[in-house]
Amino acid sequence: MNEAETLAAVLARIPYARFLGMGAELHGDEMTAILPFSDHLVGNPTLPAIHGGVLGAFMEITALAQLSISHGQGRQPRPIDVTVQYLRTGKPVATYARAQLKRVGSRIANVYVEAWQEARAAPIASLHGHFLVSAKEAAG
Amino acid sequence: MTRPLDVLRSIGQQLLHGSPQAKALGFELVEVAPAEATLKVAYRDDLIGDPDTGVVAGGVVTTLLDHTCGQAVWAALPDYAPIATLDLRIDYMRPAEPGLPVFAHAHCYRLTRTIAFVRAQAYDRERDDPIATAQAAFALHTNPGRGPSTQAKPEGAA
Repeated sequence: MNEAETLAAVLARIPYARFLGMGAELHGDEMTAILPFSDHLVGNPTLPAIHGGVLGAFMEITALAQLSISHGQGRQPRPIDVTVQYLRTGKPVATYARAQLKRVGSRIANVYVEAWQEARAAPIASLHGHFLVSAKEAAG
Repeated sequence: MTRPLDVLRSIGQQLLHGSPQAKALGFELVEVAPAEATLKVAYRDDLIGDPDTGVVAGGVVTTLLDHTCGQAVWAALPDYAPIATLDLRIDYMRPAEPGLPVFAHAHCYRLTRTIAFVRAQAYDRERDDPIATAQAAFALHTNPGRGPSTQAKPEGAA
């Protein structure tokens, strides 16, 4: 499988990613995760604003997907800890996210994710976390 | 002074029913007390994060913890005030047991004029054997549009 197929397979296999309705695009080695707006993602209907938990979850899966395409298809990485920071309201439009792998060791990866809507320079939220990764030979 | 328990419960229910995402995930209010809230999400196939193990997605636990923390802040405030999550730190202790509901209990342990500090645990069987723990800070008295987790004003709130 090439990386684009791997990415599609990773997302298609996660029932919760389908629940959110998220997708992703791959340009070279850079992945952009996409969360199209949908009414069920709203946390506060009076603004309306996307639920903060949804933004955290979206960035978490973005980190998992980036780890999967960059570092093999073994067991799915598991989150160890994440810190989510909320910067701006998640408006009822599409949200995008990109992950940077700050360090990937043999067991633990450090990943930073930023999510934005209209302008990448004005992120709406970020996530910084550690993930437990398994070595490629441990796949299966 | 916090509000009477029946008022807290009624506000808690309204907050759940007023949030499309909480509804979509099937969140239920288990208990609310001054500065505390307990919520529950039932196990569902469409909320699985790892199809190899059947473990519920970390993101579902994230949203449950965020929502429960917000409810605990509501239960701590003497009057209506808009709130917005500033940050949320989650430590994942162990995978949730497939097939079991996940609970979250949050305690708003400190309120200042502008900020609410909250701790929470997510668990499947016992609260002292958590799946995940969380620490969150909320901004109080925010203007509409200030933050993504800003909670709706419940009907009938002061």
